[in-house]
Amino acid sequence: MKITREDVLRVAELAHLGLSADEVETYQKQLDAILSYADKLNELDVSDIEPMAQVLYAAESASSPAAAEKDSHPELREDVLRPCEVSDAVLTQAAESATPFFRVPKVIDR
Amino acid sequence: MSASAPWTVASVRAALESKKISARELAAEYYARIERRNPELNAYLTLSPERAHAQADRIDAMIGRGETLPALAGVPVAIKDVISTRGIRTTCASKILENYVPPYDATAVERLDAAGALFLGKTNCDEFAMGGSNENSAYGPVHNPVAPDRVPGGSSGGSAAVVAADLALASLGTDTGGSIRQPGSFCGVPGMMPTYGRVSRYGLVAFASSLDKIGPFAKNIADAAAILSVIAGHDALDSTSASLPVPNYAAEIEQPVSGLRIGVPEDYFGAGIDPEVKANVESAIGQLEKLGCRRVPLKMPHTDYAIATYYIIATAEASSNLARYDGVRYGLRVPGATLTEMYRQTRDRGFGPEVKRRIMLGTYALSAGYYDAYYLRAQKVRTLIARDFFDAFQKVDAIVTPTAPTPAFRLGEKTADPLQMYLADIYTVTGSLAGVPGISVPCGSSKAGLPIGMQIFGPHFGESRVLQIARAFEKERGAAN
Repeated sequence: MKITREDVLRVAELAHLGLSADEVETYQKQLDAILSYADKLNELDVSDIEPMAQVLYAAESASSPAAAEKDSHPELREDVLRPCEVSDAVLTQAAESATPFFRVPKVIDR
Repeated sequence: MSASAPWTVASVRAALESKKISARELAAEYYARIERRNPELNAYLTLSPERAHAQADRIDAMIGRGETLPALAGVPVAIKDVISTRGIRTTCASKILENYVPPYDATAVERLDAAGALFLGKTNCDEFAMGGSNENSAYGPVHNPVAPDRVPGGSSGGSAAVVAADLALASLGTDTGGSIRQPGSFCGVPGMMPTYGRVSRYGLVAFASSLDKIGPFAKNIADAAAILSVIAGHDALDSTSASLPVPNYAAEIEQPVSGLRIGVPEDYFGAGIDPEVKANVESAIGQLEKLGCRRVPLKMPHTDYAIATYYIIATAEASSNLARYDGVRYGLRVPGATLTEMYRQTRDRGFGPEVKRRIMLGTYALSAGYYDAYYLRAQKVRTLIARDFFDAFQKVDAIVTPTAPTPAFRLGEKTADPLQMYLADIYTVTGSLAGVPGISVPCGSSKAGLPIGMQIFGPHFGESRVLQIARAFEKERGAAN
């Protein structure tokens, strides 16, 4: 097995998921199968390949090489402050709030 | 007008302008059908008659005053429940957002509203759009209107089903790895995934941000083009929305296709394809050739790596995007003695099995020691898959493939083995990774009467080309039938 029970517990902890014993066993098997399948990617030599980190710019330069050369990104707006008075509307969706704050259980004990 | 006539954007407009029907009456006609059929199909999760009626009244008042109507005046639409709608519950088909009511409209929704559409309600889907069968909804699966013991496809199963069953004239879906095209194929309606960045995702609940797209389902290509024209275009609220101008798609779709080069990648017709799917798509390609298209055999050598690449990248992004569901700001909160306990119990109770599986997989792929081996490597292979498309579009104007390897499968048939379910996405995830536009158009039926779809990919921002070929095929097929 590629994936151990300890791997599953470690990942569940990182993801803030508390899994049942059954779930731990099921996910161990399933993650193992999926990641073993993903090993297929090791067949390719990617040492000289750039990762595709930005899809929009790749798409724009494919359709218009001029846009790529200019390297301008008009889709980015000016970084200026704008009024945004939504806090009341947003807080109505919180389980617990005390305007203008969200309330959560105590974080620090002392 | 009889209730059985399927409306189109153009026929709605003509009927409203000639006062044969009011927008209110049109909404009532759709709600009557929804009331009859939805209990069986489970395609709508929430109906929004208050909003639809207010929108209809606005259109009826404009007609009363003799004003020019906006582009989609009175067009009754449905919206996938992962897209935010002001004042209308938006659950993402998850228990974790069961009572969530967004305080704002997504940009695509706002644009439909401004264009005069009527919002009938929100459609069922796989939880957070994760799935290919709609069986991962926390509110039960959608049934395929063509064959109710079959899945409608997913994740936008409800959005495809409502259009196929005439419970909406058109709908919005979302496509991350095939979630518009595959249900379009399974339900027998056109469904379009635009280029990455063509339609703003502001207000779309994020699943995998480098892959998510919003697009339309409609009864015909002209309607899909009309809706795309409305929702496409730059949005200052989405820095990943392209600033390129939006063509008038509806005007461009009637261009002749004679002389266009249609790439047919042999990699999409190999092992695992259902013979009936293969035969129908081959015959559809023959019809395109009859219209003057030239068939060009292609090789897209990295196709076989697309599923592994997609499921590493999409789950990694999902694990990050879904970290926000922690019981603090919105959605479900399950109390806990400590903050961490609250997070854990909320997520445990709120997420379904497929969402947890993907969060686990993505967290693993991003975790210390594995990032280079999985996520970074997948991003590099993604470059190779995108290059397959760039190279192909040096030689051809469009690429034609089957949309899915099989017609709609039976409910429950594939739920036991997630990897087998993932492998069925093979023909759609490639284009998703490359960021190109693609459409699924109905191209035939199996002997059992199940719809089969043909997929047409175009180059980046080549929506006009994709729609033009789809329209020519639709006309040819209509004439042949």
